[in-house]
Amino acid sequence: MSHDIAVPVKAKFFTKGTKVVFGIMVAGMLAYAYRLLFGIGAATNLDDQWPWGIWIAIDVASGVALAAGGFTTAALADVFHKDKFHVITRPALITAMLGYTFVVIGLLADLGRYYNVWHPMLPSMWQGNSVLFEVGMCVMVYLTVLYVEFMPILVERFRGKVNLPGMLAKLNSLSERLLTLIDKTFVRFVSLFIIAGCVLSCLHQSSLGTLMVIAPTKMHPLWYTPISPLLFLLSAIAVGFPMVIFESVLASRSFKLKPETNVLSSLAAYTPFLLGTYFAFKIGDITIREVWPFALEGSVQSLMWWIEILLGVLAPVILLAMPKVRASITGLFTAACLVVGGVALNRINVFLVAYKPLYSTNTYFPAITEIMVTVGLICALVLVYRFIVINFPVIAAHPIEQPAMTVGPNLSPVAAKRNK
Amino acid sequence: MTLQRRDFFKIAAAGSAVLVAGKATASTESTSADFSDNFGVLVDTVACIGCRKCEWACNDQNHLPTQELKAFEDKSVFARHRRPDKSAYTVVNQYPDPDEPDKKFAIKVQCMHCNAPACASACIVGALEKQKEGPVTYDAWKCIGCRYCMVACPFQIPAYEYDNALDPVVRKCTFCYERITSEGKKPACVAICPNEALTFAKRGELIQLARERILAQPDKYEHHIYGEHEIGGTGWMYLAGAPFTTTELPTLTSEPIPPRTEKIQHAVFKGFVPPVALYGLLALGMYTFNERKKKVAREEDRHES
Repeated sequence: MSHDIAVPVKAKFFTKGTKVVFGIMVAGMLAYAYRLLFGIGAATNLDDQWPWGIWIAIDVASGVALAAGGFTTAALADVFHKDKFHVITRPALITAMLGYTFVVIGLLADLGRYYNVWHPMLPSMWQGNSVLFEVGMCVMVYLTVLYVEFMPILVERFRGKVNLPGMLAKLNSLSERLLTLIDKTFVRFVSLFIIAGCVLSCLHQSSLGTLMVIAPTKMHPLWYTPISPLLFLLSAIAVGFPMVIFESVLASRSFKLKPETNVLSSLAAYTPFLLGTYFAFKIGDITIREVWPFALEGSVQSLMWWIEILLGVLAPVILLAMPKVRASITGLFTAACLVVGGVALNRINVFLVAYKPLYSTNTYFPAITEIMVTVGLICALVLVYRFIVINFPVIAAHPIEQPAMTVGPNLSPVAAKRNK
Repeated sequence: MTLQRRDFFKIAAAGSAVLVAGKATASTESTSADFSDNFGVLVDTVACIGCRKCEWACNDQNHLPTQELKAFEDKSVFARHRRPDKSAYTVVNQYPDPDEPDKKFAIKVQCMHCNAPACASACIVGALEKQKEGPVTYDAWKCIGCRYCMVACPFQIPAYEYDNALDPVVRKCTFCYERITSEGKKPACVAICPNEALTFAKRGELIQLARERILAQPDKYEHHIYGEHEIGGTGWMYLAGAPFTTTELPTLTSEPIPPRTEKIQHAVFKGFVPPVALYGLLALGMYTFNERKKKVAREEDRHES
């Protein structure tokens, strides 16, 4: 299933850019510690009127949506056997695996009783009526599946090469045997896990959209729709490939690799169709529910809706429908940024902008510590991603471009990557 | 007058006992469930004098931070509309009577103990639960602190201990669950009410009582029992002397909230058929595409040889 040409990227971990990212991450960790020590009230601007803030809207909801590259790419390359795209399945998998890991870390900050996070697993507390229960269980299982899908990379990296230093050398043969076992079980049946990953993704991506359906009186009509789960699923599927493009362009820039323009262009060719379908459903939904007047009411909500739909959906559909745009890295990257930003904005709109508490005397704006945690988590994700691609065979390059890959010592600052 | 009403109430109670046939269930999706046998409270805002004794009794009963009873005579708190919070499960607010601006009427707010509670439907671990007796209770031990109940509640009732870093809990009116079930007493707020503004009884009986009050004084009361039908009915119901739109009670339809998400949820998971079917479909797709690829590869081999 995997392409063996994926190799660990030859690059130094620390550059001027990564040091900056590292610094921001440390600041985020301090903010996270502050939340654990002094509570949600001290670290956030949340109150009884505004129970959910950016930790839910960005860290969890946007995080899950933007990690959709994992299952969409796996479906394309492994289920539908479009072999051309195998080169990007591993970077997409790592993005998803880390994305979900950091979704959970972000969620833990938001949970008042984070140490009870495992409670939904207890049959005595199963609550089949709760949308959140479904989301929680699916995310938990899917995260496990993602780590199982990572096993082939682990085996490829270490099998036959285990050489632990000093005292630990005694564990060499044990580790080898363990890797062989993993190879014979998980790796052999990884296809079954890949399909499970697709199913689980469809389930919880859509269920995230069902969450706010429970608050009909608090939601702005532009986003309050019974087909919200369908819209969430369609947008997650649509954002998957653009997210892979976004991340691939940034990685090749950061590691001075030749971008996979050909593969990324082909990948982007699906986007006008996928994103266009989402656009059609979104417009159809607004039309059928007869809520167009709300789009013209001139409120913050209506403005945000127009930004979301025009800049985040319609513009990239038009851009990526043009072969010329798809052929250039700049064009691909710009359009991908619009889609990624558009879907993230949609999640922020649904969970924050559309939400209007009944008796609000104030509006919610995140506290500095909330922003620090969110930004810090993104930086941490970028750094772990960098560590993994440097140490594991994740990024594949075409053999012709092999010479370009060996450029090592003088790496440019990863300024672009920081913006991720 | 009060005595008469009480006498009438006893008769009505006896009568309605016959009418009460169905059994209240904890099911949140069923809209046809009869909740008349559940405990409820009728809040008569026309009778309420805004003495705030119920606030004191509630704080006392629930060991919430409080002051001596006399301190609750302070009417200055009415200057702003208060909401129940982590240290007060119930508060009394005042509203000007639209007909006579000098006159004020008072309204006690707390958890409504919905027939189909959105909070309980939302709760990921079943920490919030509709009890068969009617109260919606909270089990802090189960709670993970996600605050989805606060998002879901159409009355914006659950409050959170944001300042507690270690074991914050959701706080809301308990309907004095232990007190009314095991001890057979009235809720603390009802017990202290000096003017019969609060009546504790079975929900079905309360609806009858409310109708009687409206019929007896049709000019004095709004012809609407708030909570009889709102979002599928609530355990706590209100009578008012002015339209409810002038109060802080939100205008709601009679459609219960939980089915909105539960229908979607249960359709997607109908006997696990849709997920399993999707799995099968993808597996079939994977197999088919793989076979096709092998065939193409074989043919290419043949051509080469």
